[in-house]
Amino acid sequence: MAAKIVIGLDGTDTGERALAFAKDLASRMDVCELLVAYVIEWSPFTFQTAEENERRHKRREEEIALATSRIVDPAVAKLKEAGFAATGLVRHGDVAETLNRLSNENGATQIVVGRASSDGFTKRLFGSSTQNLVMHADVPVTVVG
Amino acid sequence: MNRFQNTWLISAALLSMSAPVAAQEALSIDQKVNQAFATATGPFVNLIFAPFPGTSFPWIVMWLVIAATIFTLYFGFVQLRYFAHAIQLVKGEYTDPDDAGEVSHFQALATALSGTVGLGNIAGVAVAVGIGGPGATFWMILAGLLGMASKFTECTLGVKYRNEYEDGTVSGGPMYYISKGFNELGLPGGKILAVVFSIFCILGALGGGNMFQANQAHAQISGIVGDYPGWITGLIFAVVVFAVIVGGIKSIANVTEKVVPFMGILYVVAALIILLVNFNMIGWAFGQIFAGAFTGLGVAGGMVGALIQGFKRAAFSNEAGVGSAAIAHSAVKTKEPITEGFVSLLEPLIDTVVICTMTALVIIISQQLIVDEATGRYMLNEAGTAIATVDGNSGVALTSAAFASGISWFPYVLAVAVVLFAFSTMISWSYYGLKAWTYLFGEGKTSEMTFKLIFCVFVVIGAAASLGPVIDFSDAAIFAMAVVNIFCLYFLMKIVRKELASYSARLESGEIKKYSH
Repeated sequence: MAAKIVIGLDGTDTGERALAFAKDLASRMDVCELLVAYVIEWSPFTFQTAEENERRHKRREEEIALATSRIVDPAVAKLKEAGFAATGLVRHGDVAETLNRLSNENGATQIVVGRASSDGFTKRLFGSSTQNLVMHADVPVTVVG
Repeated sequence: MNRFQNTWLISAALLSMSAPVAAQEALSIDQKVNQAFATATGPFVNLIFAPFPGTSFPWIVMWLVIAATIFTLYFGFVQLRYFAHAIQLVKGEYTDPDDAGEVSHFQALATALSGTVGLGNIAGVAVAVGIGGPGATFWMILAGLLGMASKFTECTLGVKYRNEYEDGTVSGGPMYYISKGFNELGLPGGKILAVVFSIFCILGALGGGNMFQANQAHAQISGIVGDYPGWITGLIFAVVVFAVIVGGIKSIANVTEKVVPFMGILYVVAALIILLVNFNMIGWAFGQIFAGAFTGLGVAGGMVGALIQGFKRAAFSNEAGVGSAAIAHSAVKTKEPITEGFVSLLEPLIDTVVICTMTALVIIISQQLIVDEATGRYMLNEAGTAIATVDGNSGVALTSAAFASGISWFPYVLAVAVVLFAFSTMISWSYYGLKAWTYLFGEGKTSEMTFKLIFCVFVVIGAAASLGPVIDFSDAAIFAMAVVNIFCLYFLMKIVRKELASYSARLESGEIKKYSH
């Protein structure tokens, strides 16, 4: 069975480095599939106006289209060009939880992510998505600096 | 109507000419607005609150309570049987993780709540207890519990018959389920009833969803900074509301939506603190509530007076049976319309049974209502219309004084809460009103702008007019919605029962499963 690696992108430079690392890792294996994932941070427990709710479905589609065209598709194209078997996914949700769920659903053996790009108060209070992922993931996680 | 419009035009002209008008002149503007408004709305109010022949009991109050009772029985006490399931739904236990990013049950509930948790909970309850005595609380809670079933019925239908447009946006509410549902059942008149509902919904949006809020926000602010003309508060509110609904300045609405829930929690916590400090009186307070519920303890109208006030304020506060919540709830993402019905039944519980009861208990415990020591009955004010209070307060001022007796600085917090609640309720109702408006006049920039401008004008009128006529019109308009909505729900409830039977069977068989998150 082919090894599968989930690469969590966040649209920043560290995501790019995570991608490069995963490529390097995959090139050392016989058969390896790469799953490029971008998670749009979203919580079902926020407060919204009725108007926002009315347009939410449309907005979600737009968000997914944007993330797919700007981040995931280019990354997948680059991987394919380099000769790897690669697919892409965009999901909404808590970043750490969703990456872990995607890796479980797809039978991945490893998750590669960039180090936390957020800083400051929120990170101190809640920890970063990367920290949460490292602590709760069901498969090994590689954090690329 | 002409006289009303003329007065408004004159007022508007005066406003634009010179802002620092002398106080005396400004007062006369308030008075003129008030007078014109009372005259214009009188007949409508009288019709809605007409008593049963030979009694003083308004038929509309019975209409709401009988409906809530029928729905409760028809759906086999759905509010008890599916209460736990409703909580699980809100927690997202039955939500497909792949639907993440869509409107969740929690969000739909929170949005609907921010429309209903408003001044009804703070000022409305004070009106009820002030006129109907502590006993009104009992009837209010009972109406709240029964109202959960009305809410369940209308919100299930709201989701089931919403319009989903090609671009993915949704529009729902009674006007849609009335016209589509009647059509489906082969009943005539659906379209006409939907139009009538929409007209009342626009009036409700301008009344309870707007004028009452502006009016009581002004009462609270002027209670703290001293008396000043109402139209000034109205104008400021109107400008901010205008900025949000016309100018599209989302940040103001977004901030409000985020702050309001915390204000709600803060309000309940403050009430709990006052109750804890006076815990030895809680038993007495409940005693007053029960005794008052069945005897009236001397209030105007006795037991019936207490009952009318309690039922009226519960309906006004949680809007069960009115149909407004069906508009707010219909944006949820779910394959099962009935799940939103379950979720929505939490609304009257939070709104009426928890928040309104807190207000009532604080007012009773703070002993703002004057009791005749000799008889143990409440003393009436000079006019004999309401219970005499320590400082002669009524409405939001009474709630404020009650809280101040426990936490002296709380009126300042309450002022902020009142302004925010008023504002968020206005924004919600501007949306409900707009949905009804576009149902009647079609979607389009000019049509929408017309409604939004009318809405802003009514903010100023609401703040300038005095409480009496405003509250009468607000109640009447909101109850008029309920007349049409409930009438239609009687025909449509069998659709909901079918949904309920199918859903509960699949829930039991395990076809509807929890998702592991």
